[in-house]
Amino acid sequence: MSALLPDAARPRRILSIWMPAMAMDRWRLGGSGERRALDDKPLVLIADTAHGPRIEAANRSGMAAGACRGMMLADARTLCPDIATAPSDPAGDLAFLEKLAIWAQRWGPWSAMDAPDSLLVDVTAVPHLFGGEGRLLADVAETFARRELTLRCAIAPTAGAAWALSHYGPPGAILAAQDDAEARLADLPVAALRLDDDVLTVLRRLGLKRLGELATIGRDAIQRRFRNRKSPAANPLIRLDQILGRVPEPLLPVVPQHMPLVQRRLMEPIRHRQLLDQVVGDLAGDMARELEARGEGARRLELGMWRVDGEVVVRRLEMAAATREAAHICRLFAARLDDVDAGFGIEMLRLRASWAEPLALEQGDIEAAAETHGTSLAACIDRLTVRLGREAVTRPVPFASHIPERAQRWQPPLEPEPTSQGELAFHRRPLKLLDNPERIAVLYATPDGYPRRFRWRGEVHEVARVEGPERIAPEWWRERGGTRLRDYYRIEDDRGRRYWIYRLGIVGDGRGGAPDWYLQGLCA
Amino acid sequence: MPDAALSSLPITAFEDVAALSARRSARWRPGLAAVQGPALHNEVFGLSREAAGVGVALALALDDWRHVPRECGCEAEDRRSVLWVQTREAARLGGRPCRAGLPADLQGRVIHVLAEKVEDALFALEEGLRCRDLAFVIGEIPGNAKALDFTASRRLTLASERHGVPLFLVRLDAARDLSSARMRWEATSAPSAPPRWNAQAPGDPAWRAELFRARSHAPGEWVLEEGGKTLRADKASSETDRAVANWAAGLQHRRAPRRA
Repeated sequence: MSALLPDAARPRRILSIWMPAMAMDRWRLGGSGERRALDDKPLVLIADTAHGPRIEAANRSGMAAGACRGMMLADARTLCPDIATAPSDPAGDLAFLEKLAIWAQRWGPWSAMDAPDSLLVDVTAVPHLFGGEGRLLADVAETFARRELTLRCAIAPTAGAAWALSHYGPPGAILAAQDDAEARLADLPVAALRLDDDVLTVLRRLGLKRLGELATIGRDAIQRRFRNRKSPAANPLIRLDQILGRVPEPLLPVVPQHMPLVQRRLMEPIRHRQLLDQVVGDLAGDMARELEARGEGARRLELGMWRVDGEVVVRRLEMAAATREAAHICRLFAARLDDVDAGFGIEMLRLRASWAEPLALEQGDIEAAAETHGTSLAACIDRLTVRLGREAVTRPVPFASHIPERAQRWQPPLEPEPTSQGELAFHRRPLKLLDNPERIAVLYATPDGYPRRFRWRGEVHEVARVEGPERIAPEWWRERGGTRLRDYYRIEDDRGRRYWIYRLGIVGDGRGGAPDWYLQGLCA
Repeated sequence: MPDAALSSLPITAFEDVAALSARRSARWRPGLAAVQGPALHNEVFGLSREAAGVGVALALALDDWRHVPRECGCEAEDRRSVLWVQTREAARLGGRPCRAGLPADLQGRVIHVLAEKVEDALFALEEGLRCRDLAFVIGEIPGNAKALDFTASRRLTLASERHGVPLFLVRLDAARDLSSARMRWEATSAPSAPPRWNAQAPGDPAWRAELFRARSHAPGEWVLEEGGKTLRADKASSETDRAVANWAAGLQHRRAPRRA
């Protein structure tokens, strides 16, 4: 059984890194010497809100002066009139944290961001490389100190416990797998559960201040109190179970991804199409190798051409299926390069695959095979799309509607077909539908007799045989109330031509005068 | 000698003119693709007022598609797509394909291309003919466009024969100009047979189709009827039989051109 459950034999070890003053540290490191000089005096980072500037972070002397996070700047100014301000940069902080998360993979193979200022690193089976967990934590502290980032860190079997210890435990806390986690964590405040503020208020009003006190009133009581809260951040029991490892807690790892990119700088700016084709061919070959090494195929390609006079010409290409055939890419780009204005010359070209999909390796000389066996459907559709445009190559798919022109939609040809209800077999439809139904003059016995004769596009048709009517009521959930019903007839005239016509409305339906007739479809 | 036995022989096997003319007299009939392989480049002339042209093209294409023998390496069921190319003018005159009204075999397999110009439509047709994943290609081009000259039709023939993808080009409201198509049809609607349960209703589609120029068949005129999954052809008149007799003897049966 233990072989089946490696987790039970060897529990996970999660390292939680918390940078209490990350925004402030980043601001101080981001500039030159004067920022360090300013840092000794009271300083806050502010964000503009609807009620005026609010403090996002404060440095040590600022906090000593009474400023704290979430305070309005005006309030802080009354406490300390000479407080200095700088704008905060939340997007930059997030990007910094993301980079830091990838950098933190030096301590473990897998890391996750815990916005706004924490990281989680999976260090399972890693500490012996650093000489034990204690030395690992020392290494983390030393490395961060070298970067002048303040931090608190902890190692525990679950992400929740590591987070709680790093934020509220003693510095450098290690919760070993065999320790009694409940006892070790009992002294931490309930805020260590990562709960929303309103839940913390509720707990405080209930008199529950420490994690250990949650157990004193019994699980049932808490369960009853929070029975409607399904989200983990609003339910203390779920958070408690996550901390103790009774409930799994999914984490989203940070995986660095690189866009395949190839470029050529040219000694001599090129102005002629022939040379441009040559360079694009080289780039396509480079891109094909790059993609092949990663086992991917490009779905979208962007070719940027930097001109000598400072202009950039960009051509985008989207493929129907992932591909990495250099000849195919070249051929598609050749159709898009006709209208490129080279000006005084192009000095740099860059090809970027901004959307790539996995594509298994397969045998080579596809282009030679295409010459003898023909192209594949995806390649054919790519070529058609590049010359004729996206909207020109489509596939009809059914749509849930009774109105014939609405019952069919057009979508890109290789996309999966949406599910739909089957058509009833006794509803015969014409082979072709006109884009707009054409009005015809019909001789018929009012109010709802069969059509006898009609005139369409300047010619009179004598109706020989009729089937109908098939009545299609207006779709009241889509259309206005005054829309009239349609009575469809399949007809054949004296020369055997078959049509699908309808009468819009019926005499006396109170939605207009005498009904009009339209011809909508041509039957085979 | 029965027609099937004659048409199965390769052309080069005949040396003498008599045998050659006997072979040429092999009449077209539905299901011939099982013996000869599919007809590769076909033109169907029709009017834009009726869907007979497209109807005949689809019926002939499906008839070939059902009868072509499947090679042993192929999948049991042919799930390949069908390319349907229209110019915008053709779509305006005759409408676009309606999925629910297509033959059951084709629903969900049609890829529709709407081209602005005739040149674009010809490009799309040629690209389609080069694609091995297409069962056949249908084109609709109105009038006698300048771009669709003999050279263009020859290009289409070569592409079609090289890659073995059949082409059915529907010419709407066009005169019979020069073309290298292997089979050229003229299609109009014909009164349909009354259906079994409601004699007043239009029945299964029927067309009067005239094969006026073909490379390996005698010309003729048939009333084609599609019922269920089979194509039936009845001889239209005895006049065409006489024409065939002359044609097989090396004389072209000439008739007054219908249009300029």
